[in-house]
Amino acid sequence: MNIHRFEKLWLVAAFVLIAAFIATIVYGSLVSGVSMVSDDGGTVDPDDITASENFRDPGVYQADDGSYEVYVEARQFAFVPGTNSPIRVPANTEVTFYVTSSDVTHGFELVATNVNTMVIPGQVAELTVEFDEPGTHHIVCHEYCGAAHHDMEGTVEVVAQENFDGQEVRDA
Amino acid sequence: MTFVDDYPTEAKLVRWHFGVGFVALALGGLFGLMQALYRTGYFRSVMPINATDYYTVLTAHGVLLALVFTTFLICGFFVWAITRSLDRPLTHPRVAWGGFLAMVVGTVLAAITILNGFAPALPFESADVLYTFYAPLKAHPAFYVGAALLIVGSWVVGAEYFLTFREWRADNPGERIPLQTFMVLATFIMWYLSSLGVAVEVVVFLIPWSLGWISQVDPLLTRTLFWYFGHPVVYFWLLPAYLAWYTILPKLAGGRLFSDPLGRVVFVLFILLSTPVGFHHQYIDPGIAEGFKFIAMTNTMMLLLPSLLTAFTVVASLEHGARQRGGSGYFGWLRALPWGEPAFSAMALAGLVFAAGGFSGMINAGMNINYLIHNTIWVPGHFHLTVGTAFALTMMGVSYWLVPQITGKRLQHRTIAAVQPFVWLVGMTLMSNAMHRGGLAGLPRRTAEPLFRDAGAAPFDPVVGTVAEMQLQVAVGGTLLFVSLAMFLVVMTGTWLTRSGVARLSVNGSIPAPLSGPEDSPRVLDNLKVWTAIAVLLVVIAYGLPLWSMIADGVLLPGSGPFPV
Repeated sequence: MNIHRFEKLWLVAAFVLIAAFIATIVYGSLVSGVSMVSDDGGTVDPDDITASENFRDPGVYQADDGSYEVYVEARQFAFVPGTNSPIRVPANTEVTFYVTSSDVTHGFELVATNVNTMVIPGQVAELTVEFDEPGTHHIVCHEYCGAAHHDMEGTVEVVAQENFDGQEVRDA
Repeated sequence: MTFVDDYPTEAKLVRWHFGVGFVALALGGLFGLMQALYRTGYFRSVMPINATDYYTVLTAHGVLLALVFTTFLICGFFVWAITRSLDRPLTHPRVAWGGFLAMVVGTVLAAITILNGFAPALPFESADVLYTFYAPLKAHPAFYVGAALLIVGSWVVGAEYFLTFREWRADNPGERIPLQTFMVLATFIMWYLSSLGVAVEVVVFLIPWSLGWISQVDPLLTRTLFWYFGHPVVYFWLLPAYLAWYTILPKLAGGRLFSDPLGRVVFVLFILLSTPVGFHHQYIDPGIAEGFKFIAMTNTMMLLLPSLLTAFTVVASLEHGARQRGGSGYFGWLRALPWGEPAFSAMALAGLVFAAGGFSGMINAGMNINYLIHNTIWVPGHFHLTVGTAFALTMMGVSYWLVPQITGKRLQHRTIAAVQPFVWLVGMTLMSNAMHRGGLAGLPRRTAEPLFRDAGAAPFDPVVGTVAEMQLQVAVGGTLLFVSLAMFLVVMTGTWLTRSGVARLSVNGSIPAPLSGPEDSPRVLDNLKVWTAIAVLLVVIAYGLPLWSMIADGVLLPGSGPFPV
């Protein structure tokens, strides 16, 4: 096959670019520890999300190892907790969000952060993060979920560890 | 002799496809304008829609442009490409007409259900489900039947390309497949393989479910079947643009294609890699193991290769053309290109914009960066550069060149036509850069109230610029795009309505032979059966296990009943 000299050079450069992109992602996964939302959260019955062991009554729980677990139910058109009462978690502590839907597909994103997942009926999205600083994060539902989709929002309040009174933390 | 004189039946088929596509373009464009203004808050009070209607507008815009306009233009354009490059009429024009009719009926059914969102007096019920129609949001069954007819109709039109090719092959054993025919067949092999996913989703699951024959469907499974189709469909849009850039654009630039063999290699790569990539739309979906996402990511990155090769070949062909026209210098030759010819400038600018779209696509494909931009307005910012410009503007360029040949009428309003692609470029640059930056700041897509004004919170903190400035750019850009679209439609309507045979056409359909022809490439490239078999194998590797794991816990489980919207 007859390939022009410049075209061969271009081809090599293209492969290098592709390899470099893949390398950045491998680096992100292995070195920086960015893991993707996966099937680890398990499945639930959308009509009765707490029926299986994969999901609990919505709320904040403390795990045995001191980390926090936040169970969030997304439904038309609210996050429970999140919309009517903010989700309060301490800074500099591992927090794992478990999010599922009791009706249609939603999104769960803390604006301009990488806390971002689809919320699909029947599936539990599991995301582990650590907030470096206290502050308020805005939760948006970023997947169209019906006529009042644009009203579906909430807040996460990250509180300095010493000020976190754990009032809302539920008994395990 | 022009195409319409040589092949009157085929020219009529192309005309009808283009005509329906242009109607969809006009309506879809109008909805796009409403959307851009409503979302950004400009003239909201004088618009006849409220926040809930916004989603009807959004559904109509997406379905009419991404599914209807594209499919009709592609099927029509390929009728021309097959007929011209094989230099013979279609074997069974009735088959193609049958497919066309199915597409029209499907479009009308889907359009009625969508427009029902504004006018409940229309038949059926509404379908405010957007063009991704994720279950368990439910549309009226007629919407799904319409979608299925549109897809199946395109399969039937496509079958006619293969039937015509088979007859040509019988008469020309051992000859290399003409390049345009090769590209058409490769595109449709990819299309059959990938649109099977959405066909199964709609016919096996959503239609019976919307009719109440089955009580629930698995939202993750149906969504996965959608994205099995949802990424390759972008290559279904892109490859016809590539066909134009490889075979028509070099001629318009005054030269000829640089390399036919590389064009074939590029299309073979698209047959192989277009489909096993859909999980990159589901990077942040629960229920799918990380490894499958990683496989899709590497396949997606490999897909950069054919597009980078295309960039080289197309630019080399343009440079060759420019030098034939007397251009010189490292970059000076760019000035020698016929920028005043709308067919040329539309396609060339579309290619330029696609380069930008390609780079933002690389960010989308970057699995872990995707967390930052998934479902933000970055994503529509990206695809308005690709389907919204690389495809749409290329097809406008094709129309400037081809419509005279399928109607036998000279292009009218040439000044408007000459300006139109540049208006599109300016509008898209304003709109898309703002959408990309807004996405980085976390502005969501698909929402009537992106700023949550009622909540009083202003959580968005852009890296560059301000939210208000981005909103203004989107509104102005969207308006310019609508103006540009209206200019295009004025030219098309004027051309269509003018009398034929008044003057000699200023275009002809002859396409010069490439600098490096098919004889420079191995014959195995033309063995489409081999490439199809490997493509199927790659799909099985990428999708076999994850689909099995979704089905193994019950095909309809975990299941959701319908939520009508």
